[in-house]
This record gives sequence, structure tokens and C-alpha cells, in this order.
Amino acid sequence: MGWFKRLKDGIQTATRNKKDTPEGLWYKCKRCKETSTVKELKDNYFKCPQCNFHVRITSYDYFGLIFDGQYEELFENMVSKDFLEFKDLKPYTERLKSAKDKTGLKDAIAVAQGKVNRRPLVIAAMDFKFIGGSMGSVVGEKIAKAIDHCIEQRVPFLMISKSGGARMMESAFSLMQMAKTSAKLSQMASAKIPYFSLMTDPTTGGVTASFAMLGDINFAEPEALIGFAGPRVIKETIKKELPDGFQTSEFLLEHGFLDFIVDRKDLKETLSDLLYFFEKPPANPAVENA
Amino acid sequence: MVFLEFEKPLESLYEQLEKIQQVGSEGDIDVTEMARELENRIKNKRKEIYSNLTGWQKVQLSRHPERPYTLYYIQQMCRKFIELHGDRYYADDKAIVGGLGSLDGQTVVIIGHQKGVNTKMRQYRNFGMANPEGYRKALRLMKLAERFGYPVVTLIDTPGAFPGLEAEERGQAEAIARNLFEMAQLKVPVVCAVIGEGASGGAIGIGLGDRVYMLENTWYSVISPESCSSILWRSWDYKEQAAEALKLTADHMYEFGIIDGIIKEPLGGAHTAPEEMAKLLKRQIKKAIAEVQDMTPEERIEARIEKYAKIGVYEEEARTNS
Repeated sequence: MGWFKRLKDGIQTATRNKKDTPEGLWYKCKRCKETSTVKELKDNYFKCPQCNFHVRITSYDYFGLIFDGQYEELFENMVSKDFLEFKDLKPYTERLKSAKDKTGLKDAIAVAQGKVNRRPLVIAAMDFKFIGGSMGSVVGEKIAKAIDHCIEQRVPFLMISKSGGARMMESAFSLMQMAKTSAKLSQMASAKIPYFSLMTDPTTGGVTASFAMLGDINFAEPEALIGFAGPRVIKETIKKELPDGFQTSEFLLEHGFLDFIVDRKDLKETLSDLLYFFEKPPANPAVENA
Repeated sequence: MVFLEFEKPLESLYEQLEKIQQVGSEGDIDVTEMARELENRIKNKRKEIYSNLTGWQKVQLSRHPERPYTLYYIQQMCRKFIELHGDRYYADDKAIVGGLGSLDGQTVVIIGHQKGVNTKMRQYRNFGMANPEGYRKALRLMKLAERFGYPVVTLIDTPGAFPGLEAEERGQAEAIARNLFEMAQLKVPVVCAVIGEGASGGAIGIGLGDRVYMLENTWYSVISPESCSSILWRSWDYKEQAAEALKLTADHMYEFGIIDGIIKEPLGGAHTAPEEMAKLLKRQIKKAIAEVQDMTPEERIEARIEKYAKIGVYEEEARTNS
């Protein structure tokens, strides 16, 4: 028996006393807890160099990874408006302002046109940091405008989803964006413009139940959470633990809702191949008359 | 009779009326005068209560246990009806019903969420919460309607699509998304009405149409007030506030241009005079079909998509150089 007895076990540092790693220099992986430099992370397509965990990145990071250098942002000045004067614990206007200040973004989506190995592509990519990547009027309208643009210019469309679902603070208006985006996609399908839907972590709720699931090609990054209802809600409903790997990309692939899963390192080449296959084939009278 | 919380003043009046009538039936005291007066008071009280309902009170009314559901309306509106079952892939969902019906000689395909009328049936109908096969059955019936040129009528009444493990495995999100995509392109007229609860993706999953109506005491929202309260207020106790903040009533939806009209309910709610309610609903559905029937399919589809494309409020920010 020692003189001193350890009364409390485990980590005793209060959250507020925890020492954060300084931002911008080091990256500590959420999954394997290993540390690497931000440069290493960036050079590895924003994946953990140790365990290949795909870190959540911004729309602009995706543009940088996919486009051949230059790209042009479209419809960049659209911002959300608190037309319902929605107030919960905080007014929506305040949430919008703090999201803008914190992220430097205008809303939860950015649209850009550029080239992928010299083939044109329009990308709409969502930003989770902006109110959970939630879909309100701006997200819906930018997707609708992007689709119109693609139909007009006859350019393929890539949607990169990363969202908790519809934005509650826009109530029925956000719900209607599901109808709006799906209806616009049906127009693009009639115009025979290819639509690729990439789901990233997380893609849930009204976003999954509208444009995310409607790709001519549906694919996802590894281990992303993808589903309709959130895991917590399902757990409360069925009152059972959820099985391992439930609602992951791999789970969706297994159940037939994805065409494939792509590692971020191969994203650009995969898209390049898709664009090759979906490029308008040279006219072949023999086939057309058949 | 079931009285909701805000109807309590009515309940005591009804109790008095019952007592008086009992006294009248027992003895020789003439109670007709008193009964008439009480009936008048009930009528006035009801008017008073119902002319000023809050969002939350309408939510409660939309869930009134005696409220008529889809199959009741179908039975009242259609002289003939054949229910059709199954999605042809997996199962027959009991929370969405549908089939061929005749509206005064006009054949239509009617589809709607169905809730149960008693405890046992509520379970059987899964409380009106559909699984993917429900949405796929709905789509199969819509495609049937399209092939034979029949208008599609959908009746919406759901607390949401079912958030279950198997629903996810079978692609709840895909089923709803597919319906939205396909409904946008249906060549036949599509008329929808919210007859009770219009909650989120589960509601809009059969709710995209040329004309969309709401009964007076129903609601339509991206989330139920309870869930909204639990997420944004981090407590279940703010459902009244959430109902107000969501601006989910028929009046709001009409004002926002999200729906095309409100169908008045009998005073006291649809359940107080269900037959009359069914007549009013039928009249509006027939009128709506007539309004869009003469357009060509291409015109109708374009107008339908344009209608949804216009929904949304945002601002253009002046370009700033920073």
C-alpha cells in the first residue's frame, strides 16, 4: 500500500484548460489522433497521411482539387434573407451573420465552371461549415441556376453534397427547394446533360432525398455518412443500437444506391474518365437509324 | 367527442347541455328553451375559439383523432374505387394507399397517406409514416395514370417518412427523390391537397403537382414543431414557439405563394362535419383538374416546373472588393 492513493482515474483536464494545437500548422486527425503538418495533409488531398481519413473540406478546396487551375465562379453574390423573421434561441439574421463572419462564405454552396483535363464541367459544391451546409433558398436557387447554365451551355454538371439537410429557419421554403431542384434536374435529364452526384461526409435529410440521389452517376467519398434520417433519430425510433457501418458510403454501395466509392486522390481522374464517356459521341448514322 | 386542450370551454358547455337534455327526457320540465340557449352559446363560443387559432392549435387540430383520413375521403368522393396494392419490388406499404377512382365519371388515380382510426389500426398504418415501398407504390400508380391519361390526385397527411433502419437500407431518400423527379415530368394533371399533417420530405414525396391546396386547419413544414424545438431550442418544450416561428399554417403558405388555395373547413374542424368536408374537397379537386386539363402535357410540365423554380427568397449582394 502506498502512502498516496489515486482517488480519480482518467483524464482530469477540463475542456477549457485543454491546449489546442495552433491552427494552420498542424493537423490532428479526428480518427487516428495522429498529428501531421497541414502541408502534408494538403499534399495528400486533404486526407490524413496516416490513416487516409477524408477530412471535411470547403467548396473552394474541391474546385482546387478538380479543375485544371483556373475556374470561374458563378452566381457568387447571392445571399440568404431572413424573410420569415425566424427566431429560435437566436434570430436567423444573427446566425447568418455569424456564419458569414466565421467562414468568410456567403452561403452553404458555391458554383464554378472550369475544365477537368481540358473538358468543361460545372461544379456546385456545398460547405458544411455554413449552418451545417443546410439547404435554404440560396442553395436551391444556385443549383437551379447552375442547371439552367448547364442546359444552355451543354456542359455536364457535378454536384458535391455535404449537408445536414434542409434549413429549418426557412421552413416550407427550404422544403420546396427539394421539389425545385429535383424538378430542374428532370429538365436537365430531358436535355440529356449528364449529371454526376458526389456525396461527401455528411449527406443527410432533404438533400439526400432530392438532388443527391438523382445522379446519372451516384458516387461517394469513403466512409461518408449518407442517409435520410439522422442516426440519432433512427436510434430513438427503433430503440436499438445501430449496426456498425450503418449509413456509410460502403453501406449504400452494398445496398445498391451508389455506383462506386472514390478515394479523393482519384477524384479528378475518375471525373475525367466520366467526362470522356459522356462526351457527345461522334454522329454514327448506322446506330441512329437502327 | 374528443376535446382538445383549447376546446375545454366547449366541453363544459356540452356537459351542461347533456345534463339538461337528460332532465328533459326524465320529467315534465320543458327544457327546450334552455337547451336552445345553450346550443347558441356553444355556437358562439366555437366561433370565438376558432376565429383565432394559433399555429400550434392548428397543428393539434390537424392531428385530431377523429379527423377524416384518405380512405374516408375517397369513399365519400368516388362512386367507384378499386384499391391497388404493392410496389412490385418489395412490399405493400400500409401507410400509403392508392387506386383507381371515379370522380363523377372522371377516372382518376388517387393516392394518399393513411392513418389508422384506432390503436390497432394506427399501428397497422404505421401512424401514416411511409417506408420506401410506399413512395414506390405511389410512383407505380402515377405511371399507370400517365399511361392511360388519368389525372393524379394525392392527399397528404403524414408526420414524416418513417425513420427506420430498414427504411434506410431500402433507400428512403432515393424513393422520395425519385418521386419528386418523376412527378415533375408526369404528362397528366397532378392535384395535391394537405388534409392533415404535411411534415417534411415524407409529405412532399407525393406532393409535387400543378395545383396544391391545404385544408384550413392543416400545416406544411420542413420539420414538425416538436423536432424543431428539440433541435433549435435543445428542448421539447418550445413546440408552440416553434410552430409560430415556422409559419406553417395554410394562411401563411398561401401568402407565401407555396400553395394555390385554402379549402375552408366546417366550423370546429373537418371532423365535426366530415361529409361536408369531403364535398368541399371534391369540389376543389374537380375545379383544379378542369383548370389544367386543357393544356398540352408539355405546357403543363413547363408551368409546373416554373412554379417550383420560382419558390425561394434571397438577395443579391453588391460586389465588394476586399
